[in-house]
Amino acid sequence: MFAILGRETRLQVIGVWRMPAFAVPTLMFPAMFYIFFALLFTRSPGMHMPTWLLATYGVFGVMGPALFGFGIGVAVEKGEGWLRLKRIAPVSPLVPLCARTLMAMLFALIVFVILASLGAAFGDVRMPRADWIALAVTLTAGAIPFCAMGLAAGLWLSPQAAPAVMNLVYLPLAFLSGLWIPLVVFPAWLQQLAVILPPYHLAAIALDVVGSKPAESLVGHVLVLAGFTLAFLGVAAAGWRRMRES
Amino acid sequence: MKESVARLQGVTRRYGKHIALDALDLVIPDGGVYALLGPNGAGKTTTISLLLGLLTPDTGEATVFGRPPGDIASRRAIGAMLQVSGVPATLTVREHIEQFSGYYPKPLPFAQVMARAGLEGLEERRFGRLSAGQKQRTLFALAICGDPALLFLDEPTVGLDVEVRRRMWSVIRNLADDGRTVVLTTHYLEEADALADCVGVLSRGRLAAEGTPAQIKARVGGRIIRCSTALDEAVLRALPGVRGLRRHRTQVELAVDEAEPVLREMLARDAALTGIEVTGIGLDEAFLSLTAGTREAA
Repeated sequence: MFAILGRETRLQVIGVWRMPAFAVPTLMFPAMFYIFFALLFTRSPGMHMPTWLLATYGVFGVMGPALFGFGIGVAVEKGEGWLRLKRIAPVSPLVPLCARTLMAMLFALIVFVILASLGAAFGDVRMPRADWIALAVTLTAGAIPFCAMGLAAGLWLSPQAAPAVMNLVYLPLAFLSGLWIPLVVFPAWLQQLAVILPPYHLAAIALDVVGSKPAESLVGHVLVLAGFTLAFLGVAAAGWRRMRES
Repeated sequence: MKESVARLQGVTRRYGKHIALDALDLVIPDGGVYALLGPNGAGKTTTISLLLGLLTPDTGEATVFGRPPGDIASRRAIGAMLQVSGVPATLTVREHIEQFSGYYPKPLPFAQVMARAGLEGLEERRFGRLSAGQKQRTLFALAICGDPALLFLDEPTVGLDVEVRRRMWSVIRNLADDGRTVVLTTHYLEEADALADCVGVLSRGRLAAEGTPAQIKARVGGRIIRCSTALDEAVLRALPGVRGLRRHRTQVELAVDEAEPVLREMLARDAALTGIEVTGIGLDEAFLSLTAGTREAA
């Protein structure tokens, strides 16, 4: 069982690694933005921007592989009929599902390592080792709600629509959740809107790890993310049933 | 009487208003090659999908190895080649085959899969860089790599050149001779003839005929006459040797035993008859003659 999952995960990672259209943007966009906005423009009114943005661009880095890997990957494989071949192969559908999730988590971790190296080397980001590890764990595990979101999208969207929709979701979702610019500079109604966006909650947890106290309780953010995950999985399950019947 | 490995009993399946399968009874005997023959839209792929558990019947029952299809235990004894337009393109042939082999309890050795599918030398080629025929053979490799007792092949040789097609036929034939059961769909009468122990002719979601290839060929032999004629449909049907008739405006298509006596008769009765064309019977025409009865009833 674990051997099958191990091979599936390895091939999942190899498969997207060889796909420049996937690997380059998901790995390089967060790093590029971090260099521009955290390391080159360091205006820090009261907080250390390279540290603050390490947490929020880390969240941005989590979103890409999960949303694109699932949203586009699943939609394309569904459209090609590959998913049908996998369904009749003697393997639980949980195996490819877990493999893809692990792939997204690995990419999230790689993005974090890139950002952390840049921040430590050029942005004077300093933290106790326990905090580095806690941030890495938070961001890696934080891929799960976005995997669920991508899965729901991938099962419902056509392969033609999926790339457009995922791109339309990805950037505004990051911006409106305050991942690029702190929410405090947003108008009040936009700040309130952020509460319904999953990245906002993951960013709140990540910011807490790096020492920025969130307004709400940490447990609350975790529960909201768990709720989002379950809701997206529910939507995905409905999409799976619809696909089975057509 | 042989045991059956798979069967449909009174299965009806609709897509919206379209009836893909119409109270179909089908029994796949254990061992040998069973060919489901029919034109596009006859319900071949739907039949396979039901037997694989990809679809559920609206009414009736599908069973494989005596159980409802699709559970993991029976999937371990089943391989399938479906009509798939794409496969993750960045993985190599080797990676794909090793992944699928890993799903099965007793897979064939990798080298044997490559040899049977005719893929030697392409081990490290990425799927996206294969030719159409090589892609097709990779899908065939994925179907056989688990050494399954029951193999479903949905149009396995469509788009392959003659030589590759014949090679695949001999591999399929060998699998059946080793005691495995192969269910394949095709719209080539030639393919069914070359491979099958038993042929089921599907037309409009029903089994129009079933038998050995020789029996089927005997029933679908004959000629097709196409022409424009003012003669009445009832008159044409009454001519000796006419098996079936299809009309598009003034154009008439007749399935007949022999062309000459029918034509002689028609020319005698209709001086204005034009545009005569006589062809051998193709599969499409075979259905015209095989299903002429059901069509009249409908």
